[in-house]
Amino acid sequence: MNTREYIESGVLELYIFGKLSESENKEVQVYANEYPEIKQEIESIEKAIINLSYSVAPNLSLENFNTIRKALLEREASVVTMQPKSNRSAYLGWAASFLLLLGAGFLYFQMNQNDILLKNSNEKNQDLQKSVVTLEEQNKNNETLLNLFKDENNKVVALAGQTVAPEAKAKIYWNQNDHSVYVDASGLPEPPKGHVYQVWSLKMDPLTPTSIGLLEKTEIGKSRIFKVDNTADAEGFGITLEPAGGSAAPTLEQLYTLGKV
Amino acid sequence: MTQEELLAQIYKKDNKAFTLLYDSYAKSLYGVIYNLLKDREEAEDILQETFVKIWKNLDTYDESKGRFFTWLLNIARNSAIDRLRSKNFNNNQKNLSSDNFVHILDDNARTMNKIDTIGIQEFVKKLKPKCIQLIDLLFFKGYTQQEVSETLEIPLGTVKTQNRNCINELRNLLRV
Repeated sequence: MNTREYIESGVLELYIFGKLSESENKEVQVYANEYPEIKQEIESIEKAIINLSYSVAPNLSLENFNTIRKALLEREASVVTMQPKSNRSAYLGWAASFLLLLGAGFLYFQMNQNDILLKNSNEKNQDLQKSVVTLEEQNKNNETLLNLFKDENNKVVALAGQTVAPEAKAKIYWNQNDHSVYVDASGLPEPPKGHVYQVWSLKMDPLTPTSIGLLEKTEIGKSRIFKVDNTADAEGFGITLEPAGGSAAPTLEQLYTLGKV
Repeated sequence: MTQEELLAQIYKKDNKAFTLLYDSYAKSLYGVIYNLLKDREEAEDILQETFVKIWKNLDTYDESKGRFFTWLLNIARNSAIDRLRSKNFNNNQKNLSSDNFVHILDDNARTMNKIDTIGIQEFVKKLKPKCIQLIDLLFFKGYTQQEVSETLEIPLGTVKTQNRNCINELRNLLRV
């Protein structure tokens, strides 16, 4: 290989100019690696050409350098640029705090609401339980009353109205087995304030009244039927209006109803 | 710095790599681009386009494709020629062969202030007119040997050697 001849052919200039085919390029590459004088010649030609093109260029402004640097580096670096990212995370932070605050407020509100709801439902529950108890009581009362009316052992004594209250009437249910006494007071007027009806069992000869109770606390439900004390040997029953708390002896002027067994 | 040392730095693709790449080649490539477009703004635009392509495709360069400068030169020259062929440059293209890089030197002379550049310019002007035409078409404008042969009316077989002689003349003037 005559390197001198190869260099003088002018192929290396075209190599620098970029005017060779791919295979010609590779050939030059091989010779350049093999022969230092060829490599050195290539570098000299390149140096001359770079200087030539450099010298004919108009001035490039610093602005151009910055513009291109931005176009290349900031495009690639935009992913790791800290400023906008930290701003964004700051905004995110504030947004998160706000949402947290909002959430906490909402939860507190909901907790209060739940408290109120719980209280309400507890009250409702109690009410329901009361209703159940009330119903159970009513049921019991009704049963008692039903038994009262059904029981064949009960002797019914009708009490008729007297001088003070001719329209008044009452009924006595007197059980002959257990001697229990119930008074149906639904036919009696509402007692005036500070007064109470008192029930007496009577022996006729001589007339001996015995108190068997007041018509106030022993009402069965709201039936106006009251349970009073037992009696075993009554011959009649009377009801008088007495001052609150009752009297030891009946006030006969205030005898409302009276009936014989 | 050899091409290998230069490339080792440039492949890092950091701020320093860019500065080195720009300082080493930007103005030379700009000279080639400007010689084709004859418009500073247009040429700066293509220079930026060229650098974007270079930066993006840096990994695809290997020595089997030729010198690194030649790789850059092809990207710059092709970008400028593409721009020339598009819309607005059809009229200017007709005048391509009549204007050459030495005319640009005259245009630039008033605004240039770099002493060493002016020095090279003086040497370049001392080139034979035939050499100025040959280098202008073959290197700056990227003509093929066939096109140069037809344009300058010289035998195809002598384009290569005549060019060699002209570059030798330049190297003697520049002492490289």
